[in-house]
Amino acid sequence: MAEHGQHSVQHAAAGEFDNMELVHPKTFLGKYVWSQDAKVIAIQYGVTAIAIGLVALVLSILMRLQLGFPNTFSLIDPASYLQYVTMHGMIMVVYLLTALFLGAFGNYLIPLMCGARDMAFPYLNMLSYWFYLAAVLILMASFFVPGGATGAGWTLYPPQAISPGTPGIDGGILLMFASLSVFIAGFTMGGLNYVVTVLQARTRGMTLMRLPLTIWGIFMATVMALLAFPALLVAILMMLCDMLLGTSFFMPEMLNLGEPSAHEGGSPLLYQHLFWFFGHPEVYIVALPAFGIVSDILATHARKNIFGYRMMVWAIIIIAVLSFVVWAHHMFISGMNPYFGFLFATTTLIIAVPTAIKVYNWVLTLWRGNIRMTVPMLFAIGFIFTFVNGGLSGLFLGNVTVDVPLADTYFVVGHFHMVMAVAPVLVVFGAIYHWYPKITGRMLDDTLGKIHFWVTFLGTYAIFYPMHFMGFAGVPRRYYGYGETSYIPDSMQALNAFMSVAAIIVALVQLVFFYNLVRSYFHGREAGPNPWQATTLEWQTEHTPPRHGNFGAELPVVYRWAYDYGVPGAKHDFLPQNMPPEAVEADDTVPGRRS
Amino acid sequence: MSMTVSLVFLAVLMAVFGGWLFSHSVGVRPWEAQAAGSGQRQGLGGGQLPAAATAPRVGLAVFLAVATSLFALTVSAYLMRQEMAHDWRPLAVPGLLWWNTACLVLGSVALQLAWQAARRDQLPRLWRGLLVGGGFTIAFILGQALAWWQLQSGGITLAANPANAFFFLLTALHAVHLLGGLFAWSRSLFRLQQGATPAAVRQSVELCALYWHFLLVVWGILFALLLMT
Repeated sequence: MAEHGQHSVQHAAAGEFDNMELVHPKTFLGKYVWSQDAKVIAIQYGVTAIAIGLVALVLSILMRLQLGFPNTFSLIDPASYLQYVTMHGMIMVVYLLTALFLGAFGNYLIPLMCGARDMAFPYLNMLSYWFYLAAVLILMASFFVPGGATGAGWTLYPPQAISPGTPGIDGGILLMFASLSVFIAGFTMGGLNYVVTVLQARTRGMTLMRLPLTIWGIFMATVMALLAFPALLVAILMMLCDMLLGTSFFMPEMLNLGEPSAHEGGSPLLYQHLFWFFGHPEVYIVALPAFGIVSDILATHARKNIFGYRMMVWAIIIIAVLSFVVWAHHMFISGMNPYFGFLFATTTLIIAVPTAIKVYNWVLTLWRGNIRMTVPMLFAIGFIFTFVNGGLSGLFLGNVTVDVPLADTYFVVGHFHMVMAVAPVLVVFGAIYHWYPKITGRMLDDTLGKIHFWVTFLGTYAIFYPMHFMGFAGVPRRYYGYGETSYIPDSMQALNAFMSVAAIIVALVQLVFFYNLVRSYFHGREAGPNPWQATTLEWQTEHTPPRHGNFGAELPVVYRWAYDYGVPGAKHDFLPQNMPPEAVEADDTVPGRRS
Repeated sequence: MSMTVSLVFLAVLMAVFGGWLFSHSVGVRPWEAQAAGSGQRQGLGGGQLPAAATAPRVGLAVFLAVATSLFALTVSAYLMRQEMAHDWRPLAVPGLLWWNTACLVLGSVALQLAWQAARRDQLPRLWRGLLVGGGFTIAFILGQALAWWQLQSGGITLAANPANAFFFLLTALHAVHLLGGLFAWSRSLFRLQQGATPAAVRQSVELCALYWHFLLVVWGILFALLLMT
């Protein structure tokens, strides 16, 4: 059944859209290390990102050990606790999620789903990965320099980021700046590829309104990242000048051990504006690809077209635009003009409208669908729950008057972990279970997948739900220990211990996932070209896994959108994008119905 | 609010992009399958960029958008820092900058002529255009360095005042972008040296010329900003 689209496929006339010259390397090194094939680069990105993500996972467990069982583990002192907080945040947001969604899924899926042979500039694409790897190595090196990694918090706020007393002031902060700069340079190279490939290298018939939503999500996220990362770069450069050359862009006049510092007049608030001009879009850089991937997983596994495709596309675009005018809601307590705060509260709440449209459309896609409870589907549905939960607490924090008492408490930690940590990570897992058969040619084990899903899903709720209550109780975030604090009840310590145990269980169950990845690679069930009976082009390739150049001798021609599931009157319940209308077999079991 | 500079840039960019997208999505019924060859907009060619928008040109355009974002944000920071504290002492912009500006204009013109020569397959004019263009650009960068040195020796140091610091930051950012351009320029030159035909380097010369025009416009804006504030 899966192959029935292959026979009737028509191809683009040779040379018309197929003028890309590919470098076909002969050596092992050329094929798998210095590769210019987007699919290999995708896997390099993915493996590196997950490896560095595991470091960040270990850091979070170390933090939980301290919080759940204070003063039990002597290796965790206050300075290293701050370093864990900082590195965990920065790695997870930038080096794991951004790199995984754009670098790994972007590279793998954009050429395949658009019907292109490869990225527009394969050499630059390769360079992008090597820059990313260098950035990761520089970041890791900061653990080993004297003084260790920086403990300034992932926001790296001046003045404390470069002032004496903050961990990592000797070398860690410099390596953080260097690593981020290299990351941004590398990302710009990759981002150019993603944008140009989507704009320029789509196959015949792949109109903008026929692009799968995965591509829309990754594309808009890349556009946002290309425009937002320069804000971080400028901020880093200016802070470097403050640190090394004695300028006062951000550094105010301060007394340090009674001695006045060399700086005067600098504005830490200026840094916050620049940082959050990058930082808030960054949230959506992580979220938009997740939105897109979830839409495709839901449609495929519910055998139903996505509800309101055009609305979904425009919601992605509107979210992308609005996310550039909400940055100051991270700064309500920074001392800025309160009227200014209300402006940003308003734009923040407006962003809930397109986001809610997306959630409704996902639920309506499931409505009366032929839902198959596969592992990717479980993760996708888990995402909807988690994203709604995290999004709702965002409505609290988006209001100035509610944010002021809740700022810097565990409520914030609970909120952003639900909405931009757990929710996108669930999509990452769903996407890996969904596309692993195409990448390796084998299916992942279903039972192990379901164990992985349920423990991860319920476990993350056990970790992050109680944080909201702790926030209401006023427990401040980022603290190494609470000691004797009169307003924090003892029950909070019991809650902390519970959350830590849950975190350890969730971390351990990821081993099941990695075992599944490795075992299935060798012993998994053969997947065939299209195990999920999906419509998009990556499932219609001649070979599984696809070879360099993706498609056979000719590129596919696209005749329809990506969501022709359960089309009335058609014999099969899905019509691949490259199936011409005249090749659609009518359903002769239903009298009087023609396609 | 000084962030307006960056927001206006983003708004213009998004409006252009959104308008283009709108023209390709309004009235389109994505759920309808289309037979081969029917319907321009919705049909097989729909949504493709015009033939003139080759991958390298689109790539350059995207990169220019990134660079514009970088400069717009730095200008925003400049204006914001000026408002936020009372320690801003404007510096007298060295007169040398006018000469440097003239160099950059001539460099841009020369590269435009080189592009023209490459299109018309005139090798000697291409050589001349490239060499003159690169020469004036190098003169511009050396001139900027000289202006830095003049300021430094006149006691206007980097750390003394935020106005000075921003002067050095903005000119340095701009010069770094030019150096990147010179790298691409030297590669075209090298290929010509190796015996490449004008047609073979036309694309890279074209990209260089467009990039130079962009950096000239950026310099014009930065220079005006430095003169006015």
